[in-house]
Amino acid sequence: MSDKTPHDPTPDDAAPNGAAPNGAALEDTRPSRRGMEDTKPRRPAPRELTPRASFANVLLSEWTKIRTVKSTFWTLLSGAAVVVGFSALFALAFTSSYDDLPPAERATVVPTSPMQIAFYFGMVIFGVLGVLVITGEYATGMIRTALTAMPRRPEYLLAKAVVLALVVLVAGLVVSFLSFFVSQAVLSAKNLDGSLGDEGVLRAVIGGGLYLTLIALLALGVGVILRHTSGSVVTVFLVLFVLGIVGGFLPGEWGATIAKYLPSNAGGAILLPRAEEGSLEPWTGLGLFALYALVVLVVALVLFQSRDA
Amino acid sequence: MIEARGLTKRFGSKLAVNQVSFTVLPGQVTGFLGPNGAGKSTTMRMILGLDRPTAGHVTVNGRHYSRLAAPLREVGALLDAKSVHGGRSAHHHLLCLAQSNGIPRERVDEVLDMVGLQAVARKPTRGFSLGMGQRLGIAAALLGDPAVLMFDEPVNGLDPEGIHWIRGLMRKLAAEGRTVFVSSHLMSEMAITADHLVVIGQGRILADTDMQDFIDRNATSHVLVRSPQMSELGPLMAARGWRVEMVADLSLKVFGARAAEIGDLAADHGMRLHELATVQPSLEEAFMQLTGDVVEYHAGLPEPPPPPPPLGDAPAPPGNGDLP
Repeated sequence: MSDKTPHDPTPDDAAPNGAAPNGAALEDTRPSRRGMEDTKPRRPAPRELTPRASFANVLLSEWTKIRTVKSTFWTLLSGAAVVVGFSALFALAFTSSYDDLPPAERATVVPTSPMQIAFYFGMVIFGVLGVLVITGEYATGMIRTALTAMPRRPEYLLAKAVVLALVVLVAGLVVSFLSFFVSQAVLSAKNLDGSLGDEGVLRAVIGGGLYLTLIALLALGVGVILRHTSGSVVTVFLVLFVLGIVGGFLPGEWGATIAKYLPSNAGGAILLPRAEEGSLEPWTGLGLFALYALVVLVVALVLFQSRDA
Repeated sequence: MIEARGLTKRFGSKLAVNQVSFTVLPGQVTGFLGPNGAGKSTTMRMILGLDRPTAGHVTVNGRHYSRLAAPLREVGALLDAKSVHGGRSAHHHLLCLAQSNGIPRERVDEVLDMVGLQAVARKPTRGFSLGMGQRLGIAAALLGDPAVLMFDEPVNGLDPEGIHWIRGLMRKLAAEGRTVFVSSHLMSEMAITADHLVVIGQGRILADTDMQDFIDRNATSHVLVRSPQMSELGPLMAARGWRVEMVADLSLKVFGARAAEIGDLAADHGMRLHELATVQPSLEEAFMQLTGDVVEYHAGLPEPPPPPPPLGDAPAPPGNGDLP
């Protein structure tokens, strides 16, 4: 497609001038206009007014970037393979061992149980994509070229986050629905399967896509803060995977309370049709995870804005 | 036009750029000359808003870089050759840059043609040689048809044909009335391409002058004279008040005289001349003379010399670099 004039018509750079009504301050930030007395004759006549690079331009650019590196495709594919594959595998494990389970444990098996476990194993891969979209630029030096093209850094980071979120949301929803249907097919052998119409199930499946999106965004924030691929991936792994397991070993009432607020335990709550003992309410949990992601992204933005590229 | 005023950058205890002020005018090639580590790249990065100045400010076309409406349409910059994601093709690299500034995508093919990368446009850039990377960087700089161009060490890694091409390109861009600011540590390169020179050493501006001025002021030309009758000619020239230095048996370096004067003198006295040549001082010599004491890393020295004493004035708080 050709983008001839996608620029917004707002006059460029109107923001900071309101504070300075005297002409002196305005003079330096605006090209001199014909017909007015030019106070600085040495400045060459202004060329045609350049249209301001709009946010839509930056979004389009980021979309081109994310789709033109192979790592995007491969991380999404391997993430999908792990989540869908593990969903089938754990569904098989549930059906084959169901008859031997004590009744108390049988009660905890719900149609989305295999999915929930599979997400736990696959989620970090979606985090890797979030990390790579920014650390790939730091590692190669592309970040300098990119910030020369778009020096308004908050806008740049926002565009990156929006494009990443959209890509992972679409992929995540596909993965989530696939995982659900694949695991139901296996669970049906023992009549453990459910349908999207059951209470809370559709919400859990759609929520799975949202959860993966938030994971990618949190990982993007970590990548911006650390600027190194391996360090960021390890950090995301520790925060999501290891911390969630550590929570399970915390002793007593106190430990259980802490455990359910840990990032992956809070976020994973969305994958259950209704809250279980020891987990937050689904939307509360996902909301808390979104808050974690937001905090990381805000810290990332502050650092991104103040550091040398 | 690029205007730097009191530009200062401190990295920890090291003052990389120290109170630098200069103006780069349109219509000519301005060379930014200095030894390695002198602060050239840091200065250029501050111009582009990549590094935040510790103090001072710099504007491009009267604005701080981050306030440019569509930066690539106003400023084209070549920094390190490989500031490119290696997994992306040259075409897609330029496409995403073009899109970010609303530049029509036809322009991508145009600049690829201009730099001669059309044949490898669809290949991942990680397979590019240094010279090809340099050409891609130049293509990116030309993408927005900007009035201001900055090249950091552009001839690095280019083959002779490429060097010839980039020299011609810079001259052409300047002749079109654009501002061309090019850094190099190669004096000879500057002598060929630049009209004006900004010389930097250890973060300070050592000279900001016309190229010819710079050479005239920092190195003296002389005339090389060879004659079989040197023993007679030498004293004759010395008697005229010219400084004469013996080089080899039959040749002399004469300072303060033009070749014609020496030829006339020899003819007047019926003496033979075997060689009479005006030797222009090279920019290298001029540069060495100027920066002899401020070169950051002398060959053979294990430690760089101690940094200059820190400035008395308090560094401005970080973040003021954003102010126009």
